[in-house]
Amino acid sequence: MSIKIDRERCNGCGLAEEALCERICPGNLLFRGEDGRAAIRDARDCWGCAACVKECPQQAIHMYLPMQIGGRGSTLTARKKGHEILWTLRRPDGSEELFRIINERPEAVVNHTGAGGS
Amino acid sequence: MARGRWAVRVLHADVLVIGGGAAGCSAAITLRELDEDLDVVVVEKAHVERSGCLAAGINAINAYLNPGETPESFTEYVKRDSAGLIREDLVYSVARGLNEAAERLEGWGVPFVKDSHGRYLPRGKRSVWVRGEKIKPLMARALIYSGARVLNRVNMTNYLLAGGRVIGACGFSVREPKFYVILAKAVICATGGAAGIYRPNNEGPCRHKLWYPPFNTGAGYAMGIRAGAEMTTFEMRFIALRVKDVMSPTGALAQGARAAQINGRGERYLENYPDPSTPMRLYATVMENRQGRGPCFLDTTTLDPALSRRLKEAYLDMSPGILLKWADEGVEPHERPVEICGSEPYVVGGHGQAGYWVDIKRRTSLPGLFAAGDVAGGAPKKYVTGCMVEGKLAAEAAWQAIRSGDGARPMPEELLRRNIERELQWVMAPLEAETGFTADELEERLQKIMDEYAGGISCHYELCRHKLLLARDYLVQLRRDLARAKARNLYELLRVHEVIDRVYVARVLVEHLLHREETRWRCYQERVDFPHRDDENWLKFVNSRYDPVTDVVRIIERDYKELGESHEH
Ligand SMILES: Cc1cc2nc3c(=O)[nH]c(=O)nc-3n(C[C@H](O)[C@H](O)[C@H](O)COP(=O)(O)OP(=O)(O)OC[C@H]3O[C@@H](n4cnc5c(N)ncnc54)[C@H](O)[C@@H]3O)c2cc1C
Ligand code: SF4
Ligand code: SF4
Repeated sequence: MSIKIDRERCNGCGLAEEALCERICPGNLLFRGEDGRAAIRDARDCWGCAACVKECPQQAIHMYLPMQIGGRGSTLTARKKGHEILWTLRRPDGSEELFRIINERPEAVVNHTGAGGS
Repeated sequence: MARGRWAVRVLHADVLVIGGGAAGCSAAITLRELDEDLDVVVVEKAHVERSGCLAAGINAINAYLNPGETPESFTEYVKRDSAGLIREDLVYSVARGLNEAAERLEGWGVPFVKDSHGRYLPRGKRSVWVRGEKIKPLMARALIYSGARVLNRVNMTNYLLAGGRVIGACGFSVREPKFYVILAKAVICATGGAAGIYRPNNEGPCRHKLWYPPFNTGAGYAMGIRAGAEMTTFEMRFIALRVKDVMSPTGALAQGARAAQINGRGERYLENYPDPSTPMRLYATVMENRQGRGPCFLDTTTLDPALSRRLKEAYLDMSPGILLKWADEGVEPHERPVEICGSEPYVVGGHGQAGYWVDIKRRTSLPGLFAAGDVAGGAPKKYVTGCMVEGKLAAEAAWQAIRSGDGARPMPEELLRRNIERELQWVMAPLEAETGFTADELEERLQKIMDEYAGGISCHYELCRHKLLLARDYLVQLRRDLARAKARNLYELLRVHEVIDRVYVARVLVEHLLHREETRWRCYQERVDFPHRDDENWLKFVNSRYDPVTDVVRIIERDYKELGESHEH
């Protein structure tokens, strides 16, 4: 399972010291290349957790299945919105299915103990 | 990258927590709640926002006491499911805290699905549904608000010991040439379990399409092994029954949607096997395939089509890849049974029970060191909530120890300097090698040895003495070859250390597999040369300690104890 980065859509997260996708990958797999765009070190090493897919503000990253395990071109993209996450599943024929799923209790309060973190 | 360019940072803390996952976050937050003057440092190799098992999210709390269940009934269930051998004291203490841990998650903002009485909606007897896509960022937020210091992108490599006591740990930044030495009065290890020891189900472009995170590589086990900590029950490997190819968990289908396991002929094959335990459901699937009645499926075709959409949502919360599978096959979940298979074996104490041998307070055999979560042994079926409970228990014990003055005595400056220098040299060595083996090469060798001689997928998980002896020889050799590893940059250095750690875990695993001369857990520990369960001789724990000087793993047997009797070090 892997991800693809759309180089047209990726803006390298501007001047940010660390790009959002770079920051989020649990496998330390993403980095910005010399042209400032995001890249994956080795597509074979992706776990398929979709953390980067959700995190990219440009929706420049999508998930797909490699041909080896039956991938035929379907893609998943995601967008965070308030207390929900919006998913788009695109099938090989171009048809789309949308999902809107709550992922945070709007009324949650978090205890503050001590001073802020670093 | 020459060693001279490395900056060494020495930090001091009251408590050092290694690994910022479910157990580590819970430990750090508990410590800060107990005492807001406590200086707590959490070190994480990735970023706490989406690291470890929880990166993709979860869709159920797998360990929860629904009405009618008690800590006693939970312990009884885990014991039955684990062929009668568990640390009852540990499992019971986990069970007592499960529901509070779930409420904690809700307090941090994780949305639970509720029934008409406002109670968490059960998925099974001991699980409830949750909308947990964002569980990890919410946990990380609670961690930051707690005031613990977080060091992301630092991969820990070894403990620092003084007079047999753990006084801190070392590690390196995976982003810049910085070497960290963190000295603390107490250290809590919460690095999760180990994947990537065996050859995985998929190869090439899908080689990391595992169930367990390929980035949890057993660092905490390896650090403990190298420091001589006592480890327990590595031989109870965990092998997951998963959706073929995409390796998605099956709970939402089997438990949530009540899809039955059927074979290629459409028969409900579990009925032909003696008991419905977790290892038996896997074993039955392996046997159906071997005897020509495969492939095996979860029969989703009996589902109400309206449930298909709900199922897809549940998977988006935890393992989104399966949606791509359905879409690429052009089917809806209820239109075609979902094929299942066994994963490669993992070493993971939150599902199986491999890990540190701990007492009821989660103290390891090394003074100053505590362990919690998937890295701690003796208590299977902990899952997220159980790991959180263990983090809390370890934190409470660490705090008590510090308050009673049981902190580390400072190491003499000169000795500390020499220790740091030695560790730095060992960590860095692959960067200085001009020629040598890459992480990929070493990993492929490890996985081949384990797959073929230590009961991997290719031999249907079966084990026998003579093959294990060969595995032992090859691993001893491979461990020596680790000294010839090479890396060209920090990322490759991380990969090399991940393989090094897995080789240590594999060595201990093979010794445990060799020692237990019975078959207690189907597939997990299937000794074809000792095919029966033998309670008379083997209802006891197989533990071990590694001696780094002689490179020998010494086995220690420990008696079984009923609830009420505790194991002390
Ligand atoms: C795919 C998947 C789905 C699951 N779904 C569910 C579910 O729906 N419900 C449920 O109850 N349970 C579920 N579980 C189980 C549950 O997620 C785990 O049992 C639990 O998260 C383990 O907690 P932990 O803290 O021990 O490990 P983790 O949460 O994995 O944390 C370990 C942390 O240590 C870090 N680390 C590792 N090595 C080092 C090092 N050398 N230096 C610094 N940091 C390091 C890792 O990056 C990671 O952040 C699931 C597990 C998986 C893999
Ligand atoms: S987060 Fe998106 S825009 Fe930013 S660098 Fe990554 S791919 Fe590019
Ligand atoms: S899907 Fe997960 S593992 Fe793969 S690149 Fe994105 S964040 Fe990393």
